Amino acid sequence: MRYVLKKTGVLLVTLLLISLLAFLAFQIIPGDPTAKLLGNDYTPERAAALRHEMGLDRNVFVRYWDWLTGFVTGDMGASYSYGMRVAEVMEGKGVVTAALSLMAWLLVIAISVPLGIALARWQGRRIDRVFVAMNQVFMAIPPFFLGIVFTYVFGLVLKLFVPGGFVRPQESFWGFLGYLAFPALAIAIPKAAMVTKLLRSSILDQMDEDYVRTAYSRGNSRWGVLRGHVLRNAILPVVTFLAMTLADIVAGSIIVEQVFALPGLGRLLLASIGNRDYPVVQCIVVIIAALVVFMNYLADVVTQTIDPRIRLG
Amino acid sequence: MTKRILTLALTLVMTAALFIGGGQSAWAAENGSTGDAELIVGIAADLDSSLDPHVSSSSAGTREVLFNIYEGLLKPDTEGNLVPAVAEDYTVSEAADQYTFTLREGVRFHDGSEVTAGDVVYSLTRAAGLDTGEPLMATLANVAGVEAADDKTVVVTLSTPDVEFPAYMTAAIIPEGSDPADGIVGTGPFRYVSRSPQENIVMERFEDYWGEKARCAKVTFRVIEDGQTMVMSLRSGAIDLAAHLEASQVAELADLTVLEGSMNLVQAVYLNNAQPPFDEPLVRQALCYGVDKQMVIDLAGDGHGFAVGSSMYPAFGKYFDAELTDFYQPDAQKALELLAQAGYDAAHPLAFTITVPSNYTPHVDAAQVVVNLLDQLGGAVKAEIQQVEWATWYSDVYQGRQFEATVCGMDASTLTASAMLSRFVSDSPKNFIGFVNADYDAAYAAALATEDDAEQVARFRDCQSILAQQAANVYIQDLADFVVMQPNVTGYRFYPLYVMDLGCVEKTA
Repeated sequence: MRYVLKKTGVLLVTLLLISLLAFLAFQIIPGDPTAKLLGNDYTPERAAALRHEMGLDRNVFVRYWDWLTGFVTGDMGASYSYGMRVAEVMEGKGVVTAALSLMAWLLVIAISVPLGIALARWQGRRIDRVFVAMNQVFMAIPPFFLGIVFTYVFGLVLKLFVPGGFVRPQESFWGFLGYLAFPALAIAIPKAAMVTKLLRSSILDQMDEDYVRTAYSRGNSRWGVLRGHVLRNAILPVVTFLAMTLADIVAGSIIVEQVFALPGLGRLLLASIGNRDYPVVQCIVVIIAALVVFMNYLADVVTQTIDPRIRLG
Repeated sequence: MTKRILTLALTLVMTAALFIGGGQSAWAAENGSTGDAELIVGIAADLDSSLDPHVSSSSAGTREVLFNIYEGLLKPDTEGNLVPAVAEDYTVSEAADQYTFTLREGVRFHDGSEVTAGDVVYSLTRAAGLDTGEPLMATLANVAGVEAADDKTVVVTLSTPDVEFPAYMTAAIIPEGSDPADGIVGTGPFRYVSRSPQENIVMERFEDYWGEKARCAKVTFRVIEDGQTMVMSLRSGAIDLAAHLEASQVAELADLTVLEGSMNLVQAVYLNNAQPPFDEPLVRQALCYGVDKQMVIDLAGDGHGFAVGSSMYPAFGKYFDAELTDFYQPDAQKALELLAQAGYDAAHPLAFTITVPSNYTPHVDAAQVVVNLLDQLGGAVKAEIQQVEWATWYSDVYQGRQFEATVCGMDASTLTASAMLSRFVSDSPKNFIGFVNADYDAAYAAALATEDDAEQVARFRDCQSILAQQAANVYIQDLADFVVMQPNVTGYRFYPLYVMDLGCVEKTA
């Protein structure tokens, strides 16, 4: 329990730091939110008046504190570039990105765990060598490119989905998942290739350990040794890696959303950076960071459950 | 161990709650009573934050969507004429300083109320800023007073006579006392339903529209910023219609309906006349001789596009001076001579940067061709391209005027010559190229002052000639505008302005 408390503390401090860094970043990059808002009516005087109205002329840390207290109490502020609250702007979009990332992540696990184990079992056979070679190729393919290939092959030629189409989960839940399936696969494949490679070599490393020889000597079959002894040890680095891939997956979904025209946070994030709509950007950055940090935290807890030797302090 | 499992279980439940919490299911039941089609239109950029029709800083992309929702006393037709809308008719006083509008019977707002003279007075007073002293729409700065003569008659008085004034009466009419920030209510063929940033804007047919009712029951504008995704969505049938496509995109869409029109803007290499090196007319003229605009059109636009030679495009009809197009014949020798006079040669090349907004492919492509053409001047010109994002371009180049050269397009918000030419008056706040020329200012003032149409046309043409002679900018073209529709969609019409009229677009099953 102490371990969990300590990890939770680290999690909160990390989130706080990330939000502060994101906040400070916008003080440095060029571009002024009032310029976009005033458009042709821009004059330095009007810009100054508007900055005052928006509270932008106050000290950075005062503004950060205001934002933080608002955020904690559930008020994420008002968007600069849409006459709406940030929560309204983001309505329905977080679900898309979260569902897409989660689906991609589950696909990574669903593909790589069985494949990694199978390849370790078939080590040295022809099928193993073919897959190992193919793995290198799949690892190198960027998700957006797979996305373009998928839209062409599965969308335009095979007509399995309508590229550019989308339904909200409220309208049709299965339709919603259907539209996410190919984007999720495009994100998952390169990651799955990496995890497969990691799991395969992790298992093979473990196979050389002394306890494996002991297990064989007790009359276990190769499969029995793998399942009963090796897997539990071999999976540990994979769980940690899986948690870390989530950051990549969320980043990947931001790009892939563009390719498949999905209305997720990614498009909103890019547009809001262009518009210098700091409240929206800040909120998305913190949500994405929270998602990633939280998954890492989850992985730590899972790892500890698998291997009780891992303790803190 | 139990504690650990408990923690794990709790964490998992929390994660699940995070995902499920987002999707509150409210089944939007499709009633389908009208049985009419829903049109899905792809647009390349999200609308502005404010959908206030009286805010003059609105982008062209916002104006073309709002055209379907708001109407003025008058509205433009496809020929560029002004036709009555909320007003039925108008008369103008002898001195052209008083306009009397008679309102049409039975025009209703989207909230069901009937348009009265009070609404018109409120709208025009608001747009002209008569109560605040600061006009929301710069075009209405000349309005001195708006009053209702009776329930169906509105009289607008101007400070100085202006025969172009009716063109500004396309300003939207909104209900008395309303603020577009609280709700979007107009009189157009469609009524606003909802918007979701970076995703869509939805509008529905207004059943009580005074004129010909819209053919489609519902129109959804989907925001698709990526050009390749737009093409893919058209091919897959995810969207029914998209405008403002480029020749290269259209090439992939051969089996759909493709219409070719014009963007109604002037694309040019806009030069900062206020700073070296382009404060020297010889240098600007040298660039005009060095850039073959037909090459730019052929290479960047596949030959589609209409060459222009000054700040005016062909849809302006009588105001457009076609002879200026070839004012500078491409001539490398001449360009080199002028550069030499200004002190530039291969040993001391003219070096400058062209700043281009990266989200506008046609401008980026044109800039690339321009750089290649200038490279062929024997090393006397060294131009390089700097791509910046739109927000940076807008604040640094357009507002900050911190640039040497830029490729972009300038359009007109109303079909008046001054909408294109007022920008280059020496003290205009929109004069981002810092063009200062006393003859130009005089010709422009003379054009505004006169009530004689032929005289006005002549003076506005003088303005264009001065821009060409002074080589204020390296003028290129009015870009080609492609509209692509699914085969079951018909009825799209081009306007000489940057608008997208969807009322007449029809979609069959």
